[in-house]
This record gives sequence, structure tokens and C-alpha cells, in this order.
Amino acid sequence: MKIQSPEDLEQIRKSGLAKIHPGHVRIGVGTSSCGIAVGGLELYDRMRDIIQKEGYTISLVKTGCIGYCKEEPIVSVSIPGKALVLLHKVSVHDAERILSLSLSGEVPEDLALCKVTDWDHITGTLVYGDGFEHIPDYGDVQFFKHQKKVILRDSGFINPEDIDEYIAIGGYRAAFQALTNMTPDAVIDEVKKSGLRGRGGAGFPAGLKWEITKKAPGEEKFIVCNADEGDPGAYMNRNEMESDPHMLMEGLLIGAYAMGVHEGLIYIRAEYPLAIERLMIALDQARGLGLLGKNILNTGFDFDIQIAIGAGAFVCGESTALVASIEGKIGRPRLRPPRLTDKGVWGRPTDLNNVETWCNVPVIIHKGAGWYAGIGAKGNTGTKVFSLVGKVDNVGMVEVPLGTSLNTIIYDIGNGGAEGKAVKAVQTGGPSGGCIPARLFDTPVDFENLNHVGTMMGSGGLVVMDEDTSMVDIARYFINFASSESCGKCVPCREGLKHLLLILNRIMAGKGTETDIEVLKSLSDTIVKTSLCGLGQTAPNPVLTTLKYFGEEYERLLSTEV
Amino acid sequence: MDEKALDEIIAQYTSPSGKTLGILREIQIREKHIPIDTLKLLSTKIEAPLSELYGLVTFYSFFSLQPIGEHLITVCMGTPCHVKGAEAILRTLEELLKITNMSQNGKYFQTTEDNRFTVEIARCFGACSMSPVIHIDGHLYGYVTPEKIPQILEEFGWKR
Repeated sequence: MKIQSPEDLEQIRKSGLAKIHPGHVRIGVGTSSCGIAVGGLELYDRMRDIIQKEGYTISLVKTGCIGYCKEEPIVSVSIPGKALVLLHKVSVHDAERILSLSLSGEVPEDLALCKVTDWDHITGTLVYGDGFEHIPDYGDVQFFKHQKKVILRDSGFINPEDIDEYIAIGGYRAAFQALTNMTPDAVIDEVKKSGLRGRGGAGFPAGLKWEITKKAPGEEKFIVCNADEGDPGAYMNRNEMESDPHMLMEGLLIGAYAMGVHEGLIYIRAEYPLAIERLMIALDQARGLGLLGKNILNTGFDFDIQIAIGAGAFVCGESTALVASIEGKIGRPRLRPPRLTDKGVWGRPTDLNNVETWCNVPVIIHKGAGWYAGIGAKGNTGTKVFSLVGKVDNVGMVEVPLGTSLNTIIYDIGNGGAEGKAVKAVQTGGPSGGCIPARLFDTPVDFENLNHVGTMMGSGGLVVMDEDTSMVDIARYFINFASSESCGKCVPCREGLKHLLLILNRIMAGKGTETDIEVLKSLSDTIVKTSLCGLGQTAPNPVLTTLKYFGEEYERLLSTEV
Repeated sequence: MDEKALDEIIAQYTSPSGKTLGILREIQIREKHIPIDTLKLLSTKIEAPLSELYGLVTFYSFFSLQPIGEHLITVCMGTPCHVKGAEAILRTLEELLKITNMSQNGKYFQTTEDNRFTVEIARCFGACSMSPVIHIDGHLYGYVTPEKIPQILEEFGWKR
């Protein structure tokens, strides 16, 4: 059926709710990439086999990732009238026990991580129930306690391969509202008022970019979703697409309507096969319900989305290189201006936003700009999802309001260093970012404050380093990365980075001199000032920040020979 | 790849956006490399200069002109993997599979003499929570240590 009225949407919402609360036991197995790698699929298959063989009345679904990657595979057990229980580090050997206990209204408490009595999906609330007094509440778990889930509100609860479940918790209501009750300008206005800034790293106001694209002359325009999440250590976008692909679809649909664009493209990296698969399923389902295609929601508006898959090149995250790659060319950046909003895909005005930026849109329309702007800090509204990884105890996806301090993220949520070791620094912003020493962990995480300490927000990777990590080695690692991924078009980046790498190798080998340190500084400065694109302009940041904050580690490695 | 198969792949792409890389990707997946003859054929079919297509194949790390071995091992070299010892994983693989640390066209790409294994590196899988990670024929292995590698390789027919 094609959704044409609020009644149609309501009908699907009810059938989706009947899947989430089927009136009998429902078990969800976390099967995002992280869950699968530690046996999530085997666990799912085993449970399915047992259910079939025994004829159990149990709904078994694949869910996305709730973010506590360290505890995967995570299984959710929902027994009618009782709290939803999350079980952690579940193995195939636990399958039989979980299933048979659930049928008698119980869960294996030794595997329980926490319970959820009701869940605020923001666009709707689900009430599960009570019981299981001995199991801690979700809000009492250290890893979850300090988080605020807006973008990840559905992750781990719904089946990402079923559009009905997304609609069940209020999904596509914002799109319906925008397309049937708001003018395109009113939508843009709402996004502008929300203060939403680009989540790809640069923090450009999203509503303003939309307005510029809308005003650009020409009929044929594009919107693009940048899903080329290339920063090593960052996997927020992968999780967002694997766990809740319709949130992205809905954001794109609302944006397309606001800008009057009929063609959308998702440029996604080849390294994310599961995300690609789930996006394809989501596209098909959205088309099936008339949420994409011709005459969407019977409004006369046409819009469809196509997926373009990358082929492994970090530089393609740069917007002009990304466009070249979509057009089947080598991903080499070009000078800007002209900006993409003037000349983008196939020379047409193009609005390009990151996955997470698009994911913010439905909730802004649903709850209003005022509600959204109340989260975070002034000028840095909303939440941001981070991947907290490296040598930290609690590894996983973390969502907090912008302006939250690094201390909160690394110590309160992350529980400090892994294996009891002392945290030395955190690296933000991928190869374009820098290393922040532990003594500056009271820094609020927002676009300006991170720039102030010499690094940048980037897409949201937070890689924790401990006392055993050599900061000079980290600088060398990033320069090696950037040098290998340089497209080779401009000299400062192609040759400059190569020389930085030679010098860093020399220092690591114990043969560096004071002059080398001076050259590192001056050459870095030249690369920053003269490179053509963001890759080169930011590539020396890891060197500059480690020199600034960990200069003594360089000094210790210098040759004592004269 | 015969002409008919190539025509079928090309026919799947009705929009120009993402077309060229999409076709090359399909060829790479089916043939486990990009045969130069297929590239020449493609050049005439989609009216793109061969030099341009060759440029794409050597620029993007997903493509390879040399056939890959029976099993493809990809070692993630992302930052979290790096700080947790990815370098040691790669060195162990080189040692066990008797390959050398050499790159071709700037890409790390090594195939064993018996053509059983190809080892390559990736920038980041985004599976950082389980670092260090490696990928073999689509299976992700997390929390890898040098000690675990022989056992993993044995699953793919490697003998000590």
C-alpha cells in the first residue's frame, strides 16, 4: 500500500506496534557489525532453530546496536507486562536457557546487564512493564547513565530491516508533517532555528546550507549524504545506518522537500557492506509505502534516493573529491569556490551533509527547533555521537549533549583507562585532528573549544591513549596515513607529508636532532597554509599537537651524538 | 569475464551517478581482480578512455589488477587497532605466510607463492570496539593477538 493519509500511517503504526509488543515473548539479538563479529548471527540462528524445532511462540528479531560494544552480543528479552531485560556477552550455549526461561516469565539473571521499564523514543514512548527487582535499571549502568540518546534513540530496540517498527515509534510522522502541513521555507526556518551544525566535522550551519542550495539557480539539483566515514577510529555513521536506516531516509526526504530537490544520493564507503545492505532494504520498503518515488504521500512531490558505493579512498570524504568519485572520476579535490551549492554533482547545485546531520532532521521537525536548541550549549546545540575506542575501559558508542566535558566522556562513561592503566591523551578528529593531554580533559567538547586546544571535532572518533602509547609514534602513524592517502595533486601535501614522515621515522629510530624538530614545525606550518584541500591543511595537526603537549617525548628520542 | 556478463553488469546502471565505480566494483567482486582485457572491453562499452579507467583502478584501493589468492586477509590499520598492536598482527602474518613487506602501486598487497592467501591492509573497518581486527573472506575477527593467528589461519587450510 501507499501511505496517503494520516489514517494510513496510523494503520502501519499499529501493525508495527504489534510486532514490538506481540503479546508473547519477543527476543532481539544485536546484529550490527560489532555484534556479528562476536557471534551475534550464530546466536540468532541457533535461537531460530530451537524456536522452530520446539514450536515455541516467541518472536525473534535482529536489532541494531545499543552502543555498549564491549558487552556484545547483547540480547533483549521482552516478556509481556514485564520490563525489557538486556542480557550481555551472550554465547550460543545460552540460547536454549534464555528461550525456555523466557517462556516461564523469567530471564537468566546471571547474564542480565540491566532492565528497561519504558523507553523514550522521543517520537513516541514504549512502555514495557516492571518486575526483575534484582536487575539494575538502565539508568543505573555507568556507561548509560551520563548519555542522552537522541540520534541513537531507536538503536538496539527496533528491527532496522522493518519499516513498520520505525513507524511504530513515531517514524515518518515528521516527514508527513513537513510535506503536508509546512511550506518548504518553514522547514528550512525550523532547521535554522534549531542551530543544527554539520556533523561531518566542520560544523557549518545546516539550515543555511539548505537555504543557499534552495536559492541557487537551476531546476535540477541534488542532495547528497556523505556516508564515507573514513576517519580511522570513527564508526558512528556505520552504526546509525545499520541500526536505524529509516531515520536517515526520513531526514533526506524532509531535506529534499525543503530544498525542492528530487534526486538524492548516498555515497557510502565499500568497507560497510552491512550498512549498504540495510540501506538497500530500507529504500525498497520506503518506496513500497510511497515514502519515496512519485507523488509522495499524495502531495505531488517526487523524490528518490540512489546509493553510490566508494572504492576505498580516504580523500573521497572531502566534498569535491566525493563528487568526482560519484561521477566516476579519480577522487581528487578541486579548489573551492565554486562551492558544491553552486556547482556540485554533474555541475548542478548540491547540498551535501553527513549521515548524522541528516539523522538530526526528523526529531527537529517532530519536536520543534525550540526543544532541540534546549539540548547542548549555545551555538553548539543538540547531541553528538562519539565512538569511544582505544585504550579505554568501556568501549562503545556514546551520545552526549554538545559541550559535555572530555572528563565526563572518558572517566564517567568510559571508566578511564583499560586494565587500570592511566589515560595519557585522547585523539579526536581522525587524521585531521590532534591529541589532547589528560590535563585538559575539562575541555567541553564542542566545535570551538576543540579548535581552541589545537584539534577539531571531526566526525566523532575519540581514540584514548594510555601511558604505554608513544605519542611520537602516533604522530608518525597519522602522517603515514595522510601521506598514503594524499591524492598527489598538490605539492605541499604530496611531498611535504612524505618529508614529515622521513623525519619522524628518523626520530623514532633515535637519530633525530634538534634541527629535525625545527623542520617538523616549519614544514607543518607550510603544509597547513599552502595545501589545496582539507586533507593537507589539517594533516600536520597530529604532529603539531603532540609537539605542543608532549614535546618531552620527542626530546627523549633525539640523538645524543653531535 | 565474457562480454555477455559485462553487458549484464553495465545494464544494471541506469543512472550515471556511481556508475563507473559500481561496474568496476562488480568486476572486482566476481573476478577477484580487474582483468586488463575486461578493462579494455569496458573502455569501449562505456566510451571511457582506457587511461582513465586504469587511473581509477590504481587510485582506489578496492581494486586490484593482480588476481587475489584463494583467501583474502585484510588487516585493519585504523588508529584503535594501531594502538592495540595491529603492526604486530601484520608482522606475524608476514612471518607465518612467508611474504615480504612490499607494496605495489603504493598499495600493500601480498600473495603467497601457492596463491592460497592474499594479505592487504585497510584504513579502518569501523569495527574499532574489537580492535585489533582482521577480516578474512568476509568474516570479522576481533580482539586478535599474534598468538591467535595460527589457529585462525588453520580454519582456512593453512598448515604449520
